[in-house]
Amino acid sequence: MLWRNFTSAIVSSGVSRENDQPAAMKRTTKDILLTSLTAVSVLLILFVIVAMLAIIFIGGWKNLTWEFISEFPREGMTKGGIFPAIVGTAVMTLIMTVAAVPFGAITAIYLAEYASEKSVLAKTIRFAVKTLAVVPSIIFGLFGLGFFIKFIGFHVDNLFNNGELHWGQPNILWASLTMALLTLPIVIVSVEESIRTVPKEVREASLALGATKWQTIRQVVIPGSITGILTGTILAISRGAGEVAPILFTGAAYYLADLPKHMNDQFMSLGYHIYIMATQSTNVDDTLPIQFTTTLVLLLLTFSLSMVAVILRYRIRKKAR
Amino acid sequence: MKKSKEIQSTAASLQTTGFASSILKKQFRFDDWLAEKVIKTVAFMSITFVILIFVFVFRETLPLFKNISPAKASMESPSTLPSETLAPEVYDPGSSEADALLQPETYGDVVEELPSNAEIPGNPPSEQVTSGSENGNALATLASKDWLPVSDRPRYGLLPLFLGTLKVTLIAILFAGPVAILAAIYTAMFAPRRIREFIKPAIELLAGFPSVVIGFFALMVLASFFQDLLGYSGRLNAFVGGIAMALAAIPVIYTLTEDALTAVPGTYIEASLGLGASLRQTAFQVVLPTATPGIFAALLLGIGRVFGETMIALMATGNAALMTVNPFDSVRTLSATIGAEMAEVVFGDTHYSVLFLIGSLLFIFTFGLNALAEFYFRNRIIRRFQGK
Repeated sequence: MLWRNFTSAIVSSGVSRENDQPAAMKRTTKDILLTSLTAVSVLLILFVIVAMLAIIFIGGWKNLTWEFISEFPREGMTKGGIFPAIVGTAVMTLIMTVAAVPFGAITAIYLAEYASEKSVLAKTIRFAVKTLAVVPSIIFGLFGLGFFIKFIGFHVDNLFNNGELHWGQPNILWASLTMALLTLPIVIVSVEESIRTVPKEVREASLALGATKWQTIRQVVIPGSITGILTGTILAISRGAGEVAPILFTGAAYYLADLPKHMNDQFMSLGYHIYIMATQSTNVDDTLPIQFTTTLVLLLLTFSLSMVAVILRYRIRKKAR
Repeated sequence: MKKSKEIQSTAASLQTTGFASSILKKQFRFDDWLAEKVIKTVAFMSITFVILIFVFVFRETLPLFKNISPAKASMESPSTLPSETLAPEVYDPGSSEADALLQPETYGDVVEELPSNAEIPGNPPSEQVTSGSENGNALATLASKDWLPVSDRPRYGLLPLFLGTLKVTLIAILFAGPVAILAAIYTAMFAPRRIREFIKPAIELLAGFPSVVIGFFALMVLASFFQDLLGYSGRLNAFVGGIAMALAAIPVIYTLTEDALTAVPGTYIEASLGLGASLRQTAFQVVLPTATPGIFAALLLGIGRVFGETMIALMATGNAALMTVNPFDSVRTLSATIGAEMAEVVFGDTHYSVLFLIGSLLFIFTFGLNALAEFYFRNRIIRRFQGK
């Protein structure tokens, strides 16, 4: 009921605007109906977002204590905290960032500064980046397994470890690199967007002063688009922290007694933890609060990150105008 | 005017060559050259990645095709198998692939041959043959109606998986498409400016929800909610999964549709309003038809998003490979099958290869969708705005 009232309130505000338009003086029922339908759609989406946030928040809030964040799971995951999952996610995203951001930023520099719009290479790169952005995340998981673990890892083991299994098995490095590939397009798109906001005049001034192209890029363009690089990094972290499918079989583990110490250790991850607890836990009633709180922690993490990114991006776009 | 400019420029160039050519002439700079080469190489790598993904996902499916030839050999001469059938261990992707493509009819015969081969126990060469024809058998069962990878006679029928994926995708798009497009119309056409600046980032925040969180929400909340509402028996089914995936597809469709709508030239809107059309008429009869190619592209990418979605499918669809069209039956999607079974298979066996085959199909499908959205619809929208 409350939801109905809310709807009609916003709808009427949307329609009343039409009154100001001289063109819309004769409003038919059809006009009102269709216009309200669009407004209802917006409200439906917003309602779902709010409901999702509210339910997860209410379900997980009580349990969110310092102990929950700083302790290992105990008694078959029914008690204790999620500390190793948080550390695992953090380390994984850190390695991922180190791999993806320089790579993405350099590709963006090429697309924005060196490549001409019509060159075939640039067009192909753009298409490749778009393809990377739409390939299902599970395919990245398969790729990580087929390429990093079974190809590179296998050959490294054969060469340096006499075939002993060190790198030819799921571990945090392969998972992070797989995730880096997944987040690469995000970095490229936001860095390129911000590079394009650096005014042409600034570049020309630098060139006119005798700086070479590379000097101009290094000392004028990159400092001018640092916000964009930051935005891309944050968005990539937000995405990488939440994705589970690529790490399902490239490095995530259900339970580990230790934190990852080497690059070839497995790790626990927040998203994977939620998935396993929600689908394969034998004692749903006992673990339900833990599941909700873990989801809340993951949501707070990704959400606050994308919030920061949205604000940064808004600033960049404002500057561009 | 022109002439004077020319004179100026020639004078300038004369001066340059005159006394400062050594300084002003573009000289070879090593670091500049190196930077450009490095940057270009790195940029080129993203093309390499796409190719690598395709190659390495496809590579793991090769054992399926590779062992076709031994299987055929066993069929032709069951008594003289041993040494020849062992030989094709050599890694030879090209020819065997061609074999597989050329003679699909033989798969059926292979199946009939299999039991007799399997019945001979304790004979190493024939066991080798069995594993060979098992792969042939696997290919033969790909079109069957059963997905039973872990059983005495494993069957890898992809039909229920395809049907399940199709069902979930259809439900998700039927829900997400209209809602997202209507919401985009409201944002682009009707919303007052202040509300618009709030709505757009708010809906885009939905894209910031990790899919595992949406899956969790569907599993814990939506499933029970819809069961109470509609009263069906299985808690997790295609409908719940479809609705949950719609939540993942909405931001994709919404953002791209909104872009397409705002890209419609303002003159169109002004002309329509100037002719006395209402804002609603303008939105639905002028702006919407003009932006159709863009909206189709948005829908295609939305379909791609749902098609490959793994975590939501794993958590909310029930994961039973049934051959029914009832939306309230449990389904198993292609991507969920990979996600659920890859962790449990033996590396390198038939089941493993079939999972990679499913991955290749998913990759090819989304690649095609993206190419279609990118080239076909984009060209159309550009042509349309140029008035051709």
